[in-house]
Amino acid sequence: MKIHAYPYNDFVIPFLIGTILLFSIIIFKYVKWIRRFSDEQREIIRHNWYSWKIIPAIWEMLREGLIHVRIIKKNVLLGIMHQAFALGWFLLIVVGAIESRDAFYTMQHEQSIDYLHELEQQNGWHIRTTGEDKNPEFLNQRRYRVETEEGIARIDYNRPFYVGIFYRYFVHKAPASFRKHKAYSDLMDGLLLYIFLGLTMAMVKIFWSKILGMRRTTKHTLVDRFAKFSLWMIFPLRLLAESVTACLYGNGGFFTQAVGNLFDPMIVRGMETSLWMFYSLMLGVFFITMPFTRYMHIFTELLLIWFRKIGVTEGPRKTGYTYIELNACSRCGVCISGCPMDKVLENHEIQSVYLIRSLRNQERGNRLKMIADNCLMCDRCTVDCPVGIDLSALRRMTRDKGKLDTTGNYKYLSKRQIPFNAIGRVAYFGGCMSHLTPGITESMEKIFNAAGQKYWYMDKQNTICCGRPLLQQGFLNQAADLRQKNTDMIVKSGSTMLVTSCPICYQSFKKEYNLDIPIMHHTEYIDMLIKQGRIKVRHDDRKVSYHDPCELGRGCGIYDEPRNVLSAVTNLQKTKFQREKSVCCGFNLGNTKLSIEEQTAIRNASLRNLTSKPVDSIVTACPMCKKAFQHATNEYPVRDIAEVVAENLIN
Amino acid sequence: MIDFGFALKETRQENLDKTSLEKFYRLQELVPSFKRCFQCGNCSATCSARQFTDFSIRRVHTSFRRGEYDGLADELRKCMLCGKCTLVCPRGVNLRALIMNMREILDEPKKTGKR
Repeated sequence: MKIHAYPYNDFVIPFLIGTILLFSIIIFKYVKWIRRFSDEQREIIRHNWYSWKIIPAIWEMLREGLIHVRIIKKNVLLGIMHQAFALGWFLLIVVGAIESRDAFYTMQHEQSIDYLHELEQQNGWHIRTTGEDKNPEFLNQRRYRVETEEGIARIDYNRPFYVGIFYRYFVHKAPASFRKHKAYSDLMDGLLLYIFLGLTMAMVKIFWSKILGMRRTTKHTLVDRFAKFSLWMIFPLRLLAESVTACLYGNGGFFTQAVGNLFDPMIVRGMETSLWMFYSLMLGVFFITMPFTRYMHIFTELLLIWFRKIGVTEGPRKTGYTYIELNACSRCGVCISGCPMDKVLENHEIQSVYLIRSLRNQERGNRLKMIADNCLMCDRCTVDCPVGIDLSALRRMTRDKGKLDTTGNYKYLSKRQIPFNAIGRVAYFGGCMSHLTPGITESMEKIFNAAGQKYWYMDKQNTICCGRPLLQQGFLNQAADLRQKNTDMIVKSGSTMLVTSCPICYQSFKKEYNLDIPIMHHTEYIDMLIKQGRIKVRHDDRKVSYHDPCELGRGCGIYDEPRNVLSAVTNLQKTKFQREKSVCCGFNLGNTKLSIEEQTAIRNASLRNLTSKPVDSIVTACPMCKKAFQHATNEYPVRDIAEVVAENLIN
Repeated sequence: MIDFGFALKETRQENLDKTSLEKFYRLQELVPSFKRCFQCGNCSATCSARQFTDFSIRRVHTSFRRGEYDGLADELRKCMLCGKCTLVCPRGVNLRALIMNMREILDEPKKTGKR
């Protein structure tokens, strides 16, 4: 005969239902999204699945899934709060599972029927016998000693997966031979305290978010608040349940036992199972709400890291990857703090977190359109996002105007004569905006001449736009038409390099075009010339502050080249918000909704940052930014890097 | 037609009673800064598309203001949306918003017609 003993109490049912629903919904959703990947994305996945790229992917999944390095780097306190919740809870589950496994392993050697009876009487274990000679009387008479012909019957302790979660209830008294009992319970209490640290920080954040480095936090919907409430209730309830059990049976660690000793056993005896029931109920509620709230990010972020690391990127239109990105957003609200629209204009509705929420809830109509359109596309949130979601791509996707017919729109551009032989020359593309700032193009021509570089100023007479402004507003086909025109011109000319003065065009050429020749912004190009010694510059001691244009800095990651050039020719000062934190000049082409007054307000904020220290002039690397600042101030001359270098050339 | 070196143009008379300015009023609501426009023509002068063809954004929005909508939708598609007009406008009219909203308003009857 064999005796099977297994721990069970009715309170595990909510937890079981929650777990089963959670994983079935998540698997259903993931399969749905992965099936909606586009053909190009599939091709990339197939190509990279068995390559070395999976090693960094797995490394980052482990790093972000366990230690959450990225958010700690962005904001230490917020990172510690998140880590306390995520890592703390994860360890609580893992250590709980190991502890119960360890204890049950010891129990298998503890074949005393007295111990079994104790478990049955006090902890509500269920006992069942199997085998040919099973003794039905065993269950009825509850005898302490079971003897068969072969001797004492063997007791088999079954360990369902939920034991780790409710371990303290099911094992009041570990077998005497299980020596590590005290160490485990102390460790578990330490982990619970660690989670309570995060919980305290989260509560402080509600009333005083600035102390955690957040200027403003997300306005959550009712469902999200409800899910947050159930998450926050899990841990105090666990503490209460464990403490009451510790009070009654003395099996707690340093923390739960201390709390438990405060109770009167006579009073709390009746509350024990109810408390465990509430704990299980909160777990179940949280698990069921999880796939429909911001907590979906817990698993989806790992999926996103995996696909991103093996090379999947966002396409021009919605794919399965987009859904993964939308669901990986935890609505933490880090994107709100940096947003110039929030900071300067007090517009608290259009930030990326709200865009993603609207998209995820499949909202349509004017509200979504207003959110999508009223954005500078300065990429500040993309840089800030601790999950690394491609927020600008999502915004562009939402602005998509559909597959419009474009035949004949730009027929007039074919009048543009191309046959210019520029073989071996550098093509110089000023861009539309540079035509409004002739100082930049003239300086560039001066620099080309000084370096002895033959160049072809391809849009001296008339410009074909690079297509990025159309792309940003969702006119994808039109933008492709313009790109085709420019590509034809560059390919036919036979030029060997493309230098552009406008960061908007630069990003467009770099990311949207498929040109075989090197593409450089003039800051990169001048830096190269200086390093190669092809131009000589003198150094003057005038103090300047440098404004990082959005499209050049955050868009293309060009931060060092302009600084190298400026340190060579002038005395470059640091500003409070620089590099990826630079404030947009407000005139970014991404936004068509802002009035001139609102744009000016953002510009003034940006200007305040640039002139916070005493400087002689402001330097930027974008004709648009130059134009924006130029109108603002007579006090500080506003110059482009090219102009500064051209002034300091030594012939 | 035989080219005589001169041609008769269609009448430019407007029947003001029949002209509906409803679309123009809507446009003004969507882009309030349009009210400031004093039709200086800076937008047309700087226009990138203007350098290739006879597209004139000033003519387009002036026609729109007068309720003459014929052919404007096709004309507006020539715009490359580069934003120079917005930058040079001395009155701070948000011309890119104006262009996009004009297109939207003009395309509306077509869309509803299809449904």
